[in-house]
Amino acid sequence: MTDWLEKHVPKLVLAPSLVAIFVFVYGFIGWTAYVSFTKSRLLPKYDLVGTIQYEKLAASPRWEVALTNLAIFGILFILFATVIGLILAIMLDQKIRTEGPLRTIYLYPMALSFIVTGTAWKWILNPGLGIESVFRDLGFENFSFDWLVNPDLAIYTVVIAGVWQSSGFVMALFLAGLRSVDGEIIRAAMVDGISTPRIYMSIIIPSMAPIFLSSFIVLSHLAIKSFDLVIALTGGGPGYSTDLPATFMYAMAFSRGDIGQAASSATVMMMIVTAIIVPYLYSELRPRHD
Amino acid sequence: MTDLHMNDTHMDDRANRNRLMKRIALRFGLYTLLILFALYYLMPLFVMVVTSLKSLDEIRTGSLLSLPREIDFSSWGKAWSSACTGIQCEGLRPYFWNSVLLSIPAVAISTLLGAINGYVLAQWRFKGSNILFALMLFGCFIPFQVVLLPMALTLGALKIAGSIPGLMLVHIVYGIGFTTLFFRNFYVTIPTELVKAAKVDGAGFFRIFFAIFLPVSPPIIVVTIIWQFTQIWNDFLFGVSFSQAGTQPITVALNNIVNATTGVKEYNVDMAAAIIAALPTLLVYVVAGKYFIRGLTAGSVKG
Repeated sequence: MTDWLEKHVPKLVLAPSLVAIFVFVYGFIGWTAYVSFTKSRLLPKYDLVGTIQYEKLAASPRWEVALTNLAIFGILFILFATVIGLILAIMLDQKIRTEGPLRTIYLYPMALSFIVTGTAWKWILNPGLGIESVFRDLGFENFSFDWLVNPDLAIYTVVIAGVWQSSGFVMALFLAGLRSVDGEIIRAAMVDGISTPRIYMSIIIPSMAPIFLSSFIVLSHLAIKSFDLVIALTGGGPGYSTDLPATFMYAMAFSRGDIGQAASSATVMMMIVTAIIVPYLYSELRPRHD
Repeated sequence: MTDLHMNDTHMDDRANRNRLMKRIALRFGLYTLLILFALYYLMPLFVMVVTSLKSLDEIRTGSLLSLPREIDFSSWGKAWSSACTGIQCEGLRPYFWNSVLLSIPAVAISTLLGAINGYVLAQWRFKGSNILFALMLFGCFIPFQVVLLPMALTLGALKIAGSIPGLMLVHIVYGIGFTTLFFRNFYVTIPTELVKAAKVDGAGFFRIFFAIFLPVSPPIIVVTIIWQFTQIWNDFLFGVSFSQAGTQPITVALNNIVNATTGVKEYNVDMAAAIIAALPTLLVYVVAGKYFIRGLTAGSVKG
């Protein structure tokens, strides 16, 4: 008996967490996926009725706005955060005397809640008293910056705030990558008289492909999950013009009382994330033969 | 001949000076850009602080970026103890304590579970343990919208819906993946021979953990605690979905204060409230930034 216990202690210790993960992650995903094929509205129903929820979703203009916004926000957010993060990392890698303090400044937004970030930028970008008035005081009398309340442009304010919050994090990733590039190769290239920009473009940046991948994964994941930032900055408005799938799902689940639409939109989000994460996890976790 | 030679060194001198000038110009440009970026990152914090110290009158007439004419702390007091989050007007104070009460046990329990899970997955592997690890890890990446509905029903069935223990359970369950990842990647760097040798000496599973692994763990414990604390303190989605009036965490209360529709819009109170909500995690970042960054990068790159 004690022998058996001894042998199985590791599994027994792991068991509670595993059970929790299986129920609360996989069980719940299964529940949501199942319910997305039912006619549930205010209360969950369990008779399968096929894909009517998805058809309804596909026909919903609000969902279309949410998906379009996710594409706009996702692409611009990933692009700008990556470019700014990379530029900052390369600049900081030039033996900058004040690197420590600068790094601290670039990265501190990551410690903030998206609600705090949203609140701050909502105030900065508000038409009238915000950045608009700063430019008017500088002499640009007709300067106008009303993106926050313009249904066509409000989604770009989410990009502005999101990039501000996350680009420092990308910088930290790239800086760690730059520091691990083999110094010998760079010295050899310098001896050969190759210019610094060339060294970066053709040696250093290509060698950081894995970091580009990780930052892409993290940023796309942040983009799909973005919920708090939109709520704090625009509340999804004006109207539903800045809805993202995450806010759409929340609205269906908790204010519209439409469980079927909530479950089917959540399932679509899950599929998008899976398509990105599974290949990544697979390549990261597969045993290496070297 | 000598003439030519002299001319040569002269040319060299000039070229050198040119190169030096170019270098100085480049350095100057580099520092200018770095400082401009620093100002861009600091601007929102600066705006928040100065706005919180201005009177409403000054906010309406003055500029976003100007320093306050006279420093007025009253909006801080209001944000802390009397701002309205809806019908209640008790400020952020009760919600601040809700967040404290919520995060301390949730951080402690999820860290503890992560440590023991990581120890098993790194040092006591069994058939299938790698797959189990991958399954746990995947749980870190799911969009939480996909679990909101069944979680709401489950919390209701367990009679802890809308309570702080209920929210705590949610944070623990969805924190395990990351805490396990941190500890597993840390313990995997310790040679397995150590465990084998200890086993030969008759030490058991827990003895080895407490005598060998725990004593070397403080760095990863700090990373995990900081990560979990930041995640839980800053969470909004779970907070807004699974709490009710009175049990809300600080992020939800902050959002309610900012979006309260009654009365005059008090930007200074909003900004003071935002700073109060941000203060604990900012403090952790300033005090233990190194560990904070390590957690961030460990969360995205396999160790």
